[in-house]
Amino acid sequence: MKLRTIAIVLLALLACSTALAQDRLRMSTTTSTENSGLLKVLLPPFEKQCSCHVDVISVGTGKALKLGETGDVDVVLVHARKLEDKFVADGYGVNRRDVMYNDFVIIGPASDPAHVKGAKTSAEAFKRIADSKSTFISRGDESGTHQKEKEIWAEAGLTPQGNWYRSAGQGMGEVISMATEQRAYTLSDRGTYNAFRHGKTDLAVVFEGERGLFNPYSVIAVNPKKFPHVKYDLAMKFVDFITGPEGQRIIANYKVEGDPIFFVNK
Amino acid sequence: MGSFTQSVGTAFSLIFSADREVYAAVWTSVSTAAWSTVIASLFGLPIGMAIGLSDFPLKRLAVILLNSLMAMPTVVLGLLIFGLLSRQGVLGGLGLLFTPKAIIVGQSLLATPIIANYALSAVRGADARILPTALTLGASPMQSFTQLTNEIRFGMMAAVIAGYGRVISEVGVAMMLGGNILWYTRTMTTAIALETSKGEFAFGLALGIVLMLISFSINVGLSSMQEEHQP
Repeated sequence: MKLRTIAIVLLALLACSTALAQDRLRMSTTTSTENSGLLKVLLPPFEKQCSCHVDVISVGTGKALKLGETGDVDVVLVHARKLEDKFVADGYGVNRRDVMYNDFVIIGPASDPAHVKGAKTSAEAFKRIADSKSTFISRGDESGTHQKEKEIWAEAGLTPQGNWYRSAGQGMGEVISMATEQRAYTLSDRGTYNAFRHGKTDLAVVFEGERGLFNPYSVIAVNPKKFPHVKYDLAMKFVDFITGPEGQRIIANYKVEGDPIFFVNK
Repeated sequence: MGSFTQSVGTAFSLIFSADREVYAAVWTSVSTAAWSTVIASLFGLPIGMAIGLSDFPLKRLAVILLNSLMAMPTVVLGLLIFGLLSRQGVLGGLGLLFTPKAIIVGQSLLATPIIANYALSAVRGADARILPTALTLGASPMQSFTQLTNEIRFGMMAAVIAGYGRVISEVGVAMMLGGNILWYTRTMTTAIALETSKGEFAFGLALGIVLMLISFSINVGLSSMQEEHQP
C-alpha cells in the first residue's frame, strides 16, 4: 500500500517536470563571462523582452566554437579573434559583432621570484619565468586565454616544457586556485582575476597594460544555411540586444566589489 | 578553504531559506536520477534475471561483459552518447543534447548493468529449488516465476537502490550531456563542480552536504521499504 502511494506521488512529480515548452536560445560561451557573474544581470532583461530562455553552456572558447561547428548551439559569445575568423570563414558563423573587451594580465606571487615586474613586454615577462624555471600554470584547454598564452610563448621564441610548466586542462577559476596553492605564475583575463582578488587568491598582477594583451569578446550567430534547425531569428535578437544600448549599458555598469569587469567600445 | 562548520551552516541556511537555484538543482538531480533508475530497472532487472535463470552457450561471456560494464567510466559513456546525440551524430535530429532527457539517457545506460548484475546475483543466491518445487506443486510457470520474484524481492530492491546511488552521485554524464545549464540541466553535482571552479569552496561543500542529506534520506526511504516487505 505504502509502496503504491510512493510510486504514484513519484510519477505525479515526474509528470510535472516535463514543464511547458518555452522558446529556448542555446548559447555557448567562455567560462569568464559566466564565472564573473555578468550573464546573471545581462540575460534576465533579454529573456523578459523576448519571452524566451537562454540556455548557457559555459566552456572554453575552443569548445564553445566547436559546439557552433556541430550546430549544437544557436549563438556563441567568445574571445579568440583568430579562431573566430576561421569559424566565420569556414561558414559556420555569420554576423560577428564586437561586444566588449577587457585585458589579460600576468599574475603571480607578490614576492615575484622571477622578477617579471621589470619586464617591458609580455614576451619578455614569459622569458623571465622560463629562465628562472618558476612554476607556470597553463590553462591547456584551447580556451581563448590559452590561445593568447601560446601566442606570447611563440613571440618569446620559446617552447615551454619541463617540470615548471604545468598544463592544467581546466577553467580560469581552477587555474587561479591552483596557481595560488603552488605559488605559480599564470595568464588570466582581468575579469576572472578581479572576481578572485577579494579573498580567493593572494596572487598579484605582475605584468599588465600591453597593447597585445587586449582581449575583445565577440558574439556570432550560427549560420542557418549550414544548420537549418538553429534559431537564427532569436539569435539575431540576442546579438542586437547585447550590442544595443541596453545591453552595452548593463555591461559597462557591471562591477564586482567596485571593479569593472568588462568595458564597451563607446 | 573555508572552515567546515561554516559550510555546514551555509548548507542548512540553503535548505531553510528555500534558495531557488539550489532547489532547482536538487529537483533536476532527483528527477533525472528517478527517471534513470526507473528506466534502468525496467531493462536491468529482466536482463539480470534472464541471464541468471537461463542456460545458454555464451552465458559466462555475458556475465563477464555485465561485470565489465559496471566499471564503465562516466566520462567515456558521456562522450559516446555525446557523439550520438550531437547534431552531427546519428540521433542528432532528436535535439536531445543539453536537455534533461540527454542526462536521463546517459544515466539509464550507466545504471542498467549495475541493476542487472545485482538482479543476477539475487537470482543466483535464491534457493535453486524454488522454481522446480513450485512447478511440482502444480503452479503454472507464471505463478512459479511470481513466487521466485517474491522470494528475491529484497535483492531486487537492493539492485534498484544501487542503481539509484550510482546516478544521483555521478557528475561526468550530467556535465557532458546536460551542459550545466542554470534552471534547466544544472544538477547538484555539476553545481558543485561549478562552485569549485569559481573558487567558492565553502559554498560548494555546502551544496555537497545538501546533496548528501537528500540522497541519504531517499536511500533511507528505499531501504525501509525493503525492510518492511521482508518475509
